Amino acid sequence: MTAVRRGAIASISCAAALLLLPGQAHAMHISEGILPAGWAAFWFLVAAPFLVLGMRELRIRSDREPRFKALVGLVGAAVFVLSCMPIPVPTAGSCSHPCGTGLAAILIGPGITVVVASTALLLQAMFLAHGGLTTLGANLVSMGVVGAYLGSGVFLVARKVRIPWLLAAFLAGLVSDWGTYATTSFELSAALARDGSMGSMFLVILAAFAPTQVPLGIFEGFLAAGAYRLIRTRRPELMDLPQEEGAA
Amino acid sequence: MRAAIVVTVLAALALAFVSVSGNCHARWEGVDETVVKKFATAAGRPPRAPYINTDQGDILLFVFLLAGIAGGFAGGYFFRELFPRKGRSEKVKELRVRQ
Repeated sequence: MTAVRRGAIASISCAAALLLLPGQAHAMHISEGILPAGWAAFWFLVAAPFLVLGMRELRIRSDREPRFKALVGLVGAAVFVLSCMPIPVPTAGSCSHPCGTGLAAILIGPGITVVVASTALLLQAMFLAHGGLTTLGANLVSMGVVGAYLGSGVFLVARKVRIPWLLAAFLAGLVSDWGTYATTSFELSAALARDGSMGSMFLVILAAFAPTQVPLGIFEGFLAAGAYRLIRTRRPELMDLPQEEGAA
Repeated sequence: MRAAIVVTVLAALALAFVSVSGNCHARWEGVDETVVKKFATAAGRPPRAPYINTDQGDILLFVFLLAGIAGGFAGGYFFRELFPRKGRSEKVKELRVRQ
């Protein structure tokens, strides 16, 4: 497979996912205009080094194993779809979405997950009015950086203490989801709180997310465990691709 | 094991159905409305319209059409590279030999 074809698969797979979304998405992404310019710029700066490291890792691993880009393309499409797929939560009477970055991180590593999350968030901000261009940095930090590194870290620790891989994948999905929403709460409270009320505002926003996100995080845990099991049993060769330290 | 999974999934679906039908006054808004927008508006920073607004007339359908054409073509053209036939991959064979 030539480099052009691999690139085409990786990028167009994400575009294909747009087909599945004939409507406005309902999500945790921070919308356009909510963050003041200073905070928006700050979160871009926080996300930038992770993005650069992820792109470097993607280049190295793709050079070592050309098939890897196809897997990244597929995982990117999955993250795109999952991160704007509204799921009704009956206990709360509202909708939210999983993130998919916990699962992605244990499949392709947290660094490259930041890259696929940035692609997904950029497409959503540009074409689906989901998130925003000015808030891209903040959304990338919460969903891409924190979601990916937390999910991957939990998976690694769980495996180190000999927790079965199915349960480890469940925990990665669960913690990654909850971590993403906790970070969004922090970003909102940091930018919007006045007169030193940041701590209390953070807790209030976190509590507001909880009725929807607690069950959805559990759902994401099952989703991650199921998808990981499926790939592990049906496509074990994908698990055998060269890995950087820290990935599954 | 499989039966347990099926029963669990059916029970979860039944519970969800009962909860949804009982929660008929819910508006099913996303948390971007019920949480993010609510707190941002209260703090005096309501969300603004997106810079690229595709939700005008049939523009969004046009975007879906373009993405569908591109994605469908790429997915079909590279189908065998993305999803090789079972047992055809050399790597799979090697793994099975090793097992």
